[in-house]
Amino acid sequence: MVSALVGGVCGLLSCYMTLKGWALMGDAVSHAVMPGVVVAYALGLPFSLGAFVFGVGSVALIGFIKQKSRIKEDTVIGLVFTGFFALGIVLVSKIKSNIDLMQILFGSPLGISQSDVNQTLIISFVVIFILLLFRKDLMLYCFDAKHARSIGINTGMLHYLLLTLLSLSAVVGLQTVGIILVVAMLITPGATAYLLTDRFDRMTILAVISSSFSSVLGVYISYWSDIETGGSIVLVQTLIFLIAFLFAPRYGIFKNQSLINND
Amino acid sequence: MNPIFKSHEKDFMRIEADQVCVDYNGTVALYDASLNLKAGSICGLVGMNGAGKSTFFKALMGFVRPSRGKIRLNGLRVNQAQKDQTVAYVPQNEGIDYAFPVSVWDVVMMGRYGAMNIFRIPRESDRRAVFHALERVDLLDLRNRPIGSLSGGQRKRAFLARAIAQRASVLLLDEPFSGVDVPTEKLMAELFLQFRQEGHTILISTHDLNHVRDFCDFVVLINKTVLAYGETSEVFTSENLNKTFGGIPPNPLSGPESSKDFVNE
Repeated sequence: MVSALVGGVCGLLSCYMTLKGWALMGDAVSHAVMPGVVVAYALGLPFSLGAFVFGVGSVALIGFIKQKSRIKEDTVIGLVFTGFFALGIVLVSKIKSNIDLMQILFGSPLGISQSDVNQTLIISFVVIFILLLFRKDLMLYCFDAKHARSIGINTGMLHYLLLTLLSLSAVVGLQTVGIILVVAMLITPGATAYLLTDRFDRMTILAVISSSFSSVLGVYISYWSDIETGGSIVLVQTLIFLIAFLFAPRYGIFKNQSLINND
Repeated sequence: MNPIFKSHEKDFMRIEADQVCVDYNGTVALYDASLNLKAGSICGLVGMNGAGKSTFFKALMGFVRPSRGKIRLNGLRVNQAQKDQTVAYVPQNEGIDYAFPVSVWDVVMMGRYGAMNIFRIPRESDRRAVFHALERVDLLDLRNRPIGSLSGGQRKRAFLARAIAQRASVLLLDEPFSGVDVPTEKLMAELFLQFRQEGHTILISTHDLNHVRDFCDFVVLINKTVLAYGETSEVFTSENLNKTFGGIPPNPLSGPESSKDFVNE
């Protein structure tokens, strides 16, 4: 159940990530939350708080370095998130606690505690609520930020809102599939849905369905055949993407010619 | 420069720019640019590439903060005018992702967002505004097509329809005629004349001098600042054009490409 919800949350957000071209940003933020998770764990604070601080902090740092130096953005992103990630790994090995590095890196949906479940539920509902509330504004922001600004919408606020949602989704995602694979949850469903439709609303629905379905099926496969859960969820997602890539009616490799000629 | 309007007409100014200066990190892009436009007029903004046309637009839309000067749209500050939907802006649209999964209808509906409540649920009046706008730019038949499947001219018309749907009294159009086909150009020129009839105020940047001659009541010649400003018949002299285009008079009868060439040479 929780996995399906997490899948839904990440699937919804993945539409915005793929359309905004924030795949690399999603990768960066999901890795950069690592030290935050460790510090929060050590101090007995909620996971999400630490992750949130470091997630948004990494983005702010990326923006700052880009502005103040001549280095290109993708280099800065790669530089900052690996730095944060390394800090996280060092902290895990230094801070004596019962955090299992493997659990953070690869996730363990079958072994999370009740308090983690509650936290995940709360964050998921908050993210879904905000995404539904601002879905049109965020869609407009991704499509044409200039126009959004010209009709008096606060685009700066939307930018940070989307980043905040990204950090929060990374937190819930990493508990099921782990830090390394969470970026897949934030990209693949959106990319799959993007191949299947030309309408934004349908894209979000398809992304949520494919993402939730992959999570549930992945957990089942992992439970019954004793393989790593994160890996099996992401593999299912990737398979669905490949099917869409090959057989999508309009944008697949083997597209339906008659459909295009009729248009 | 020299506002051509008498002081008692000031109350009706749609666009009011007073000694606007813009600089980017110490480089001056625009200085002392002043402009006053009343209701029901079309004004051409003419200058070379890099003369500050886009900068002037950005300042009018609040995308860049002027280092000095004052801008009022319908007597309101820029952000207030934007919130009140009294100003619509049609950019050149280089930054648009045309693979975005939205239909023509969706794009035009975006013009209504500012008038909707926080949930952005279209009401009947919003749908009517979109329908009407699409009708005026002759895209009604294509309203369910993805935006990316349109031709260049049709895309321009779709974004113009979005501005129309906003129902703003002030329209700022950045190079509306660049890269459009002949039917679109005709349709847009006719629309602009209709807008003027309806009392809209339109500011168009262009480097095609024919358009200015054909339907602009006023013209602003700029090169880092306003060189000349006034009624088209008075301002459009070869002497003024010389000043604007750096001493080389572009042939007023040739298309937009030729004036660009002068810049490059």
